[in-house]
Order: sequence, then C-alpha cells, then structure tokens
Amino acid sequence: MDLVASMKLRRGELAIDVELSCKPGITCVMGPSGAGKSTILGVLAGLVVPESGKVVLGDTTWLDRTPGRGPGREKNIDVPVHHRRLSYMFQNLALFPHMTARQNVEYGMHDLPREGRTPKALDLLAHVGVKHLANRRPRTFSGGEAQRVALARAIARRPQLLLLDEPFSALDRELRSQLVTLVRELVAELGVPCVHVTHSVSEARKLADHVIVIDKGTLVRQGPPAEILAEDVD
Amino acid sequence: MVWAPLFLSLEVAALSMLLALVAGTGLAVLFRWKRMPARDFFYALVCAPLVLPPTVLGYYLLVALGSDSVIGRAWHAVTGGTIVFSFTGAVIAAAVGSLPLVVRSARIGLEAVDPNLENAARTLGASPWRVLFTVVLPLATPAILAGAMLAFARSLGDYGITQMVAGQMIDGTETASIHVMNALYGGREIDARNMAIVTTIVGVALLYIANRLAKRFSGTHV
Repeated sequence: MDLVASMKLRRGELAIDVELSCKPGITCVMGPSGAGKSTILGVLAGLVVPESGKVVLGDTTWLDRTPGRGPGREKNIDVPVHHRRLSYMFQNLALFPHMTARQNVEYGMHDLPREGRTPKALDLLAHVGVKHLANRRPRTFSGGEAQRVALARAIARRPQLLLLDEPFSALDRELRSQLVTLVRELVAELGVPCVHVTHSVSEARKLADHVIVIDKGTLVRQGPPAEILAEDVD
Repeated sequence: MVWAPLFLSLEVAALSMLLALVAGTGLAVLFRWKRMPARDFFYALVCAPLVLPPTVLGYYLLVALGSDSVIGRAWHAVTGGTIVFSFTGAVIAAAVGSLPLVVRSARIGLEAVDPNLENAARTLGASPWRVLFTVVLPLATPAILAGAMLAFARSLGDYGITQMVAGQMIDGTETASIHVMNALYGGREIDARNMAIVTTIVGVALLYIANRLAKRFSGTHV
C-alpha cells in the first residue's frame, strides 16, 4: 500500500509545506539540519498536528485536516497515534530503560494473545541477532545492540508504515553498514513503506528506493537515488 | 518510656502518607497536563500548606470537616461518628499538611521522563492510560517514593494541625510530638527527651532514605 501525505504547518521560524508519496520500500528524506525532516515524520506518526494536511495509507485516512470547518467541508479526521499502525524509531531509540529487551519488544504486541508474545519476541530478537540480550536492560547494551533491539521492537508491531529518524547516526561506519543491510531486509519482508530520515549520503545510496530532499520546509528534489544522489545534496 | 505515642504517630503518619501518596500522585499527573485551566493557580493552592501557619490550615480543616459541614454531616450519616477530634481527623490533617511534598516531588519526577519514551509507547499502540501506567509512572517512581518518605517524616513530626483538628488526645493517646510538649510542661523531662530522640532517629532515617532515592533518580537532594 502507498503512503500519500501533504502538510502545512509552522514550527517557529520554519514554514513547512510538503507533499509526498511513498511506495512500499524505503524513501530516504534528506536535507540540512532544521529543514523540517523530523517534523514531517512527526506529522505522519500523529505526534505533530499540522494546520492543514492529509495522511492516507492505502485506503485508510489517518489525517484529513482543513483549516476552518463549515458547510460543504469534510469533517476533520485525526486518528490518534496509538490507533495508527506504525512504528517509529527515534534518533535516541527511546528503549524503555525499566524493561528488558524482551519486554521492550513485547510492548507493541498487545493485540497478540499473551502466551504468544514471549516466543514471538524471542524469535524477533534472534532474527536481528541479539537473543542473548533478552533478559537484560538497555543500560547494559552497546550502541549496535540497542539499535538491533529497537529494530526488533519496531517490526514486532507488524507496522503498516515504518518511520526511522536517523537511528544510525551515532554508530561507526562498519556497524552502520551492517544495520543498513538488516533494515533493507526487514523492510522487504514487511512489504510496507518506510520513511527514513538521514544525513548520510552513503546510507541513502545503500538503502533508498526513492530519495526526497527537503530544504527550509519545502521539497526541492525527489527521484531515484542514482539520479538525486549524483548531485551534492548537502 | 511510654511507646504508645510513638506507635500512634507512626500509624497516623503511615496512613496519611498513603493518602497523600495516592492524592498527590494523581494531582501531579493532572498538573502535568499542559492544557489544564488555571494550572499555576491550582498548583499554588495545593502547595499552600507549605507556607500557611498550622493554625490557619487547622482552622480551614475544622471548618471543612466539622460536624456542621457537608463533609462532616455525610461522614456522620455513614459512620455515625465525627471526623474532627478523632483518629480519622488526625490522618486527614497530617495528609493535607504533607500533600505538597508528594505533589512537588512527583511532579519533578513525572516531568523528567523523556517525552520520546512516551512518544515511542504511543507509536507502539499504547493508549494514554497505558503509557501513564507502564512508562511514565514506573520511571517516576523513585521521585514519587522520595516524596512519600518526606510526607511520612512530615506527618510524624506534625504538631499544630493535628492538635487543631484532632485535639490533645486521640482515643486516649497523645501523638509523639504532643507527648513531648506535654511531658516537658508536665515536668517529665527524661520522658520528653527520650521521645524527642526516638522521633529524631526515625525522622532522620526517613530523610536519609528519601535523599538516597532522589539521588538515584536525578542526582538532586530533597
């Protein structure tokens, strides 16, 4: 299913006015710091409410907001965050520090029968190569281990949309390369759109099926990575 | 040494702490809601017992809980007794006096929870209540417990409000702080000194535990 979104909003000095369309696969959103990339993810997730905009995933409308209601206007739709079937990997990963890796992964499985959650969580941890961390808490994880647990937690929810906000920015080149490969495999397995915010051109080259470049809140270029990343996006 | 006043004080302090813990945590959650109307005013009102003289607070409680008040009449209709000049009155008086300590500590703890953790929980399908009970409150627990410990210590040492609302004797027994006063003015100096020392040891031990919890939570002292 495709993701189609448009949004207009103001964040401080920045006016964001963007339209995007993402097919299943990875769409990398690039651009300078402060361009509005993370805010776009926030709107898609429902964490940020735009002044006006639309977010439609397949046949499901998550957001349809027009400024000012009145006769002839469609009623505003804003599906709460917890009812949008998505996963969001934050830059700081946001693993729950008071829960073990297994409990973190199980957190998004509340629609599964209770007895099925633990085996599924252990399977997912094994799938991303960190089953040995199942009973440990995040403060004991290395950077790469934390990323893998966060990935397992993100896919455990069986999302229809995956949002990644520079989750690999703090990792060294080798670890980043391993995780990029893993993300690519997982997104292909899920078969859903994935919007990935990154500053790294090499990461985008390896991951992206489609690249969008944002600057000062507006879309300046988009297209296949071979075409877009040949130019200097920084 | 007569131990009954100390046990009575511990009983009143424990029950008032539980009352303040539940009410204080609930209020702190409410104050976290940024769109709450007149939030700063209500916060100042809840914290007023920190700055009001005990006699003033006691007066308000006597008016609010006395036999002629709505609450007092309702209590009498249900239990056949009165709130003021009873054990219940002493517990409520101590709880109101210590409530701000729980609210302030809990609020600091709740506001220190990383908003991204809440956002992560929400994007993982958790309802606002589930986020509160599974992420926010567990992470704020050390701060809430530190506030509860302070509330216990505050209730243990209460004199003014308790005397105003519950009187000199509760079911024939004085609280520890009233006992010290009566023993001193009754010429029983050793009795007063012993009770003062024991109450101090218990109070200091509780503050030490509260500080340890607060340090573990945020590196700050309460």
